[in-house]
Order: sequence, then C-alpha cells, then structure tokens
Amino acid sequence: MKFDNDEIKKVAHLARININENEADKVGEKLEGILELIDQMTQVNTDGIEPMAHALDINQPLREDKVTEADIREKSLKLSNETNQSLFIVPRVIE
Amino acid sequence: MINFSLKELSEGLKQKKFSSVELTQFFLNRLDLYNPSINAFITIDKDKSLAMAKHSDEMIKEGNQDYLTGIPIAQKDIFCAEGWKTSCGSKMLDNFIAPYDSTVISKFNAVGAVNLGKTNMDEFAMGSSNETSFYGNVKNPWDTKTVPGGSSGGSAAAVAGRFAPAATATDTGGSIRQPASLCGLTGLKPTYGLVSRYGMIAFASSLDQAGPMCHTAEDCAAMMNVMSGHDPKDSTSIQREKENYLTGINDPIKGLRIGVPKEFFSEGLEPEVEKIIEQGISEYKKLGAEIVEISLPNNHLSIPVYYVIAPAEASSNLSRYDGVRYGYRTKEYDDLMEMYCKTREEGFGDEVKRRIMIGTYVLSAGYYDAYYLKAQKIRRLI
Repeated sequence: MKFDNDEIKKVAHLARININENEADKVGEKLEGILELIDQMTQVNTDGIEPMAHALDINQPLREDKVTEADIREKSLKLSNETNQSLFIVPRVIE
Repeated sequence: MINFSLKELSEGLKQKKFSSVELTQFFLNRLDLYNPSINAFITIDKDKSLAMAKHSDEMIKEGNQDYLTGIPIAQKDIFCAEGWKTSCGSKMLDNFIAPYDSTVISKFNAVGAVNLGKTNMDEFAMGSSNETSFYGNVKNPWDTKTVPGGSSGGSAAAVAGRFAPAATATDTGGSIRQPASLCGLTGLKPTYGLVSRYGMIAFASSLDQAGPMCHTAEDCAAMMNVMSGHDPKDSTSIQREKENYLTGINDPIKGLRIGVPKEFFSEGLEPEVEKIIEQGISEYKKLGAEIVEISLPNNHLSIPVYYVIAPAEASSNLSRYDGVRYGYRTKEYDDLMEMYCKTREEGFGDEVKRRIMIGTYVLSAGYYDAYYLKAQKIRRLI
C-alpha cells in the first residue's frame, strides 16, 4: 500500500504533530514497510478467539472510592508552564 | 569492590568494612572518572545520593539492615523519583521533576537502598541501541565504538562499567534482555504483572514490565525480592503471595526441565549466536537438567503483532504530552491547536514521532478491528 503525503499529514494531524514533507516521506515509507509486515496477520484465522490484553488474563479489580494519596496539587501545578491559582492556562478556545 | 556481588556488599556493610556513605562515594567517584566517556547517566545528584546513604547507615546502625540496605542502585530514568528529574530520555520531560515516587522507587527507598542516579535510555524506551536519547548515545563499556543495546542501555552500561552494582530497567520488546546480552550481564524481564508499573512512564502498557539488570542470577533474585509484589495502584498487578526469589538460588539444577522452543532455531539465527546457545544448553545438560523440545507454532506472528500493539498503545499513552500540565511547551503559538502540534513536533524525537503516527494510523477510524483487535486475538494464539 502506497501513501501520499496528504494521507500522512492527516495522520500527523490526528496525532497532533506538525510534520514537513521530508518527514512525511519517511513516515510513509516506514508505514508501508510495517503494513507489509503486518499483512501476515490477515491470513490468520481468529474466529472465536477472544482478544488478550493481560498475559494471565486477570480482570480489572475494583477498589473502594477512598482518597489514599497525599495532596500534591502545589507540586503538580509548579510543573506547568502557565497556571493561574489552581488552574492550567491554555490559549483561548471559546470566542 | 567493583566486582562484589550484592550479597558481598551487604555483608561488607554488616561487618562495618565500609559504610554506605563510603560505598556510595566510591561509585560516585567512578562516575566522575568514567561516565563522561560512556554517558550512562542522565542525572547524577551527589548530595541526594549521599544523604540517602547517610540515612541507610543509620538504619544499619539501628539493626534494620535488609539485603539491599545501603547499596547504591542505578535507576532507569523511566521511574518517577520524587524530587529527581525524570526525563525518560526525552526533551519533552527535560524540565520534569517528579512530584511523587513510582512504586519501584518507593520499594527501594523503604529498604534503604541508595539511588545512585538516573540512567540514560532510548527516548520513551523506543529503541534497541540507545541512539534515540535526547541526552546523546550511550557507549558500550566493553568497546566504546559499539552500542550497549537499548532501550535500557544506560542501566546496562552502568552495571557493565562497574559504575553501579546493579540497576533497574524496563522491557517492552526486549529492552532489558537485549542490552543485558550486549553488555555481558544477567537481565530479567519478569512475567507481566509481577512488578508494579505505577509511576513508571508508559510506552506500551500491556507489554511494559520492569526488571533487574545485574551481574548474576543471585543478584537479580535479590533485586526482584524488592521490586516485585502486588500493588493496588496498578490494576494489572498480579494478586498472589510474594515469592522469595533467593530460595534455592544456589541449589543444584539436576532434574530441572528446561523447554527449548524449536522455532527459535530457524532461519535468521546467526551461526555464532546459535553456537553460543548450544554451548549453554549443553552446559545445562552437564549440570543434570533435562532439555525438552517444545513448539510455539505461531511464534512467527509475534513480530507483526508487536508492530501493531506497541505503537498503538504508545500513541495513546503519549497523547498526554500536550504542553499543558507538565513538560515542554513551544514558545510561540496563536491558538490551542498550534500549541499542541508545535509542542509535540519540537518536544519529541523523530523515532518517537514516527511510532506515534504509526500507532495513530492503526487505531484510526475503520482500522481498529483489522489491526489492533486482530493483533490482540493473535496474541492469544501465540
């Protein structure tokens, strides 16, 4: 399967990454290679096979809805580039 | 002292042949001398390490000595350690000071092990040669013209170069086993779920697993005794009684049955590698182990499945790096979309960006069933 750069740029936009033509070429090539490789998967009969996410097939456990962690709000806010009181600041999104 | 096992270091501390401060200072001195040519570490903080060593000496004095108390351990820069820069080898997290401890780090802290520093790695653990780190390549201490392997190349080089007696590492698609092999060490990727992933920066969540990188199996067992155990903060953590991995570690292996998958000896195996593996097998036979041929008939599908699952999960996990709450943010932007796209363009290296885009593609509308779901099903067949 061949990709043109517009398709790659669409994927890049979905991933929220700016890319230039040169990089789009490279990603396209890499993706073609990988799709060729994973084409082997289509030959495999997986009828009636359950998808597997955990090697030991354990289920998601439930826990009581109780606060167990220390309050690290101050420390966490300090990691941001822009905050105001207890809020993270981003460019205006609603006019 | 550089060739001491963890047990020998532990006994030396107990018998007061040296203190934890002296031991830590000894390895810090080696780092000063040799790390600049190997680049195994991203962060070294002598004051912090020595303060921890001082605390460990107190613990030993009070008779609270555990196996690893007072022993300096190199920590892969993928584990959040409170107050330490935790970069995951990326420009994206170059300014990130972890606000809390990962479970692995808190377990080492609880037994009084000393954090010797944070080791270099491929960016977000994506790589097999340690050449994708924002902080530069790591060199193999055995031959600085060669790579140490990756992504835990810094941890491997730290132990192989005798900068640290042991190190932590993580493995998604070979990132402990391969650098351990390239640096002549013993590394272990434990069964998924044995070691908590809480506070361990995620690459491909259903494959990521932390493990030790050491000189011997006995050292790995001692490290696993600290690292493993059920953690309610990790929903994939296995609920079972904690094992003592040192039990029987030096027992003879007579009668042990070792499975050898025949598919691993197929085309593509280098004759030199095959010869070494055969030598290993005959060594086990000599020691009385029983070698049983087993078959993993769908093993050839593991590579295509990996190339779907790992990038898909990475694209999802790495979507959190948007420049809003922590990490790098681009300098100039007019709106939110531009801020996201430029932040991620500038903050991620090329390999990481490519893998995110591949993952985004296989998860995008119309392809999820054909790729990710199919891969999850074949995974069970494998």
